Amino acid sequence: MATATADHDAHANPTGWKRYVYSTNHKDIGTMYLIFAIVAGIIGGALSGFMRWELAEPGIQIFPGLASMVYGHEWQSAAAIDAGKHMYNVFTTAHGLIMVFFVVMPALIGGYSNWFVPLMIGAPDMAFPRMNNISFWLLPPAFILLLMSMFFEGPPGGMGTGGGWTVYPPLSTTGQPGPAMDFAILSLHIAGASSILGAINFITTIFNMRAPGMTLHKMPLFPWAILVTAFLLLLSLPVLAGAITMLLTDRNFGTTFFTPDGGGDPILFQHLFWFFGHPEVYIMILPGFGVVSHIVATFSKKPVFGYLAMVYAMVAIGFVGFIVWAHHMYTTGISLDTQRYFVFATMVIAVPTGVKIFSWIATMWGGSLSFRPPMQWAIGFIFLFTVGGVTGVVLANAGADRSLHDTYYVVAHFHYVLSLGAVFSIFAAWYYWYPKMFGHMYSETLATVHFWVMFVGVNLIFFPQHFLGLNGMPRRYIDYPEAFAWWNQVSSWGYAVTLVAVLVFLYTIVDAIMKKRPAGDNPWGEGATTLEWTLPSPPPFHQFETLPKIK
Amino acid sequence: MANVNLTAPAPDARNKKLAIILLCVVAGMVGLAYAAVPIYQIFCQVTGYGGTTQRAEDVAVGIIDREMGVRFTASVDAALPIEVKPAAMSVDKIGSKVTVVYVATNLSDKPVGTTAGFNVAPAVAGSYFNKIECFCFTEQTLAPGEVKEMPVVYYVDPELDLDKELDTIKEITLFYAFYAS
Repeated sequence: MATATADHDAHANPTGWKRYVYSTNHKDIGTMYLIFAIVAGIIGGALSGFMRWELAEPGIQIFPGLASMVYGHEWQSAAAIDAGKHMYNVFTTAHGLIMVFFVVMPALIGGYSNWFVPLMIGAPDMAFPRMNNISFWLLPPAFILLLMSMFFEGPPGGMGTGGGWTVYPPLSTTGQPGPAMDFAILSLHIAGASSILGAINFITTIFNMRAPGMTLHKMPLFPWAILVTAFLLLLSLPVLAGAITMLLTDRNFGTTFFTPDGGGDPILFQHLFWFFGHPEVYIMILPGFGVVSHIVATFSKKPVFGYLAMVYAMVAIGFVGFIVWAHHMYTTGISLDTQRYFVFATMVIAVPTGVKIFSWIATMWGGSLSFRPPMQWAIGFIFLFTVGGVTGVVLANAGADRSLHDTYYVVAHFHYVLSLGAVFSIFAAWYYWYPKMFGHMYSETLATVHFWVMFVGVNLIFFPQHFLGLNGMPRRYIDYPEAFAWWNQVSSWGYAVTLVAVLVFLYTIVDAIMKKRPAGDNPWGEGATTLEWTLPSPPPFHQFETLPKIK
Repeated sequence: MANVNLTAPAPDARNKKLAIILLCVVAGMVGLAYAAVPIYQIFCQVTGYGGTTQRAEDVAVGIIDREMGVRFTASVDAALPIEVKPAAMSVDKIGSKVTVVYVATNLSDKPVGTTAGFNVAPAVAGSYFNKIECFCFTEQTLAPGEVKEMPVVYYVDPELDLDKELDTIKEITLFYAFYAS
């Protein structure tokens, strides 16, 4: 400890732009992650806005014109229409990749975890502060590479990569020979490296830097969620890195990992991708589980129900998440017995997830509830995530999936768990921790308005998509038959409502910064029991110089 | 705060050790991703996964009463100037050794090399479909304008009859994809 103190005096805190660019401070880095996620979220959301605009009516209206404006095709020419169709697929692809890698993961893992894992376990900072800086600063270049890919040739006559976020070969190899795909692959490499470094940092911090007396079984649920998430990242992301490296060499250096004429198999890519891809969806939702547990406990003024069950449910979800990947591949010709196994294993995940939902409800049961904004978002999360979970159990059945595979039912399902579930947990955490992070309070009225407008908006977007999917409307098409017109239009109205909600969100921030209502150390009262509420708001630049003792 | 326990490693050293272990895990997982390529190939060959057929020596395995039709199809890489005529459908008692002939014609005035990828549908039948001799085992070269007869010798393993998943199957389709080589 003596040496650590000496180190402190040795370096002054950098100021101005250096404070952020050179930052090794977990709170500043967390703030940068959050700002990055908000910016990326607005871009990713804008992309989906164009998609909903196009799909508001049958026929192809928006994208050919957009392609003419952006890529300079002659107005209304055949080339413009083809480029427009491809551009629609480019937008879905970029929307998916941005939301997964540059919004949800940076917000939950980079943002809130950097901020609050050290605070909640009573650590002065992360274990490797400089590596933390690298983790963050790898993200903007990765994001820029992905955005750049939209302006390079993909398939002949089209710009950007339009193979979906799953980048299946052969469409991602021989199907799109231009450099756009290579940009996207390199972007994923860098974003993956950033997340792997972050995961190593979190595991080391949580294992080695807990305050004296805080055993793992006394550790709050949010750091637990991050610990499980970090292990998932550590085990799954390298597999994605390997798979997309194989794509890259298949594309550029004549290897044939996924090319049948050289003895490869495109299905192998799907196995590798989903070995990463399925844990990835838990990577996105587990931190949300952690956040929601704290919020529900705080605003019920009760400790969370079944703490150990909550911990081991997350561990179980993380573990089982690795052995269910082929439920994304029921239609690839896997044998009946294999399908039986994956159906069963997938449904098993509903058990620990059910334990969590049950425990949240049991925490609220008989509690002294107050429905302040974070609690509204947390309850919204529980409701929406459960809806998405139920459709997930439907899709787990290989028989049902045979009919629903690649339809809007699947789109509705994963947006309920991610775009509504994970994003609602991000907003819940935002309104829960905002006063702690920035030292002032937002308008709770505005936050409540934000919640209700957003809740109505996203449900309007995604609930009708269940009907479209059940009626057989396939994903990833720019156009659809007349019969699907009504619910598509409702879905697009829902986007407009959600857009208003996002504007309310941004205005809430502006309002909070302008008015600077003092927040106090603990705005939530006796229910907020974790260590971060014992510190001033905002916490000092360096906290816990004497480590707190946990009873 | 001077009472640091000097025998325990300093926190920095402990952190570094853990980070190195975790980096090894990452390296190991990248390795496993690549190891998946040969493992997957072996897995397909052993289990017939994805309709991968088996290779057998000429052994008598007995013939049973159930009949099985085998259809033959082929597709040719667009860049490859050959024409392939698959053999006609053959219906035989399961276990019989059958010889059929694919006919390939080189349409160009240059020698053409081709290799053929293959599988069967339904995919589950792959583990029962035994090829004793096949043009697909080696690269085939066709002289300019040559018409080449390419035999396939196969039998369907009578074990198939015991597989519940294949109870209702009356036909297997053997498919070849001809690629330039």
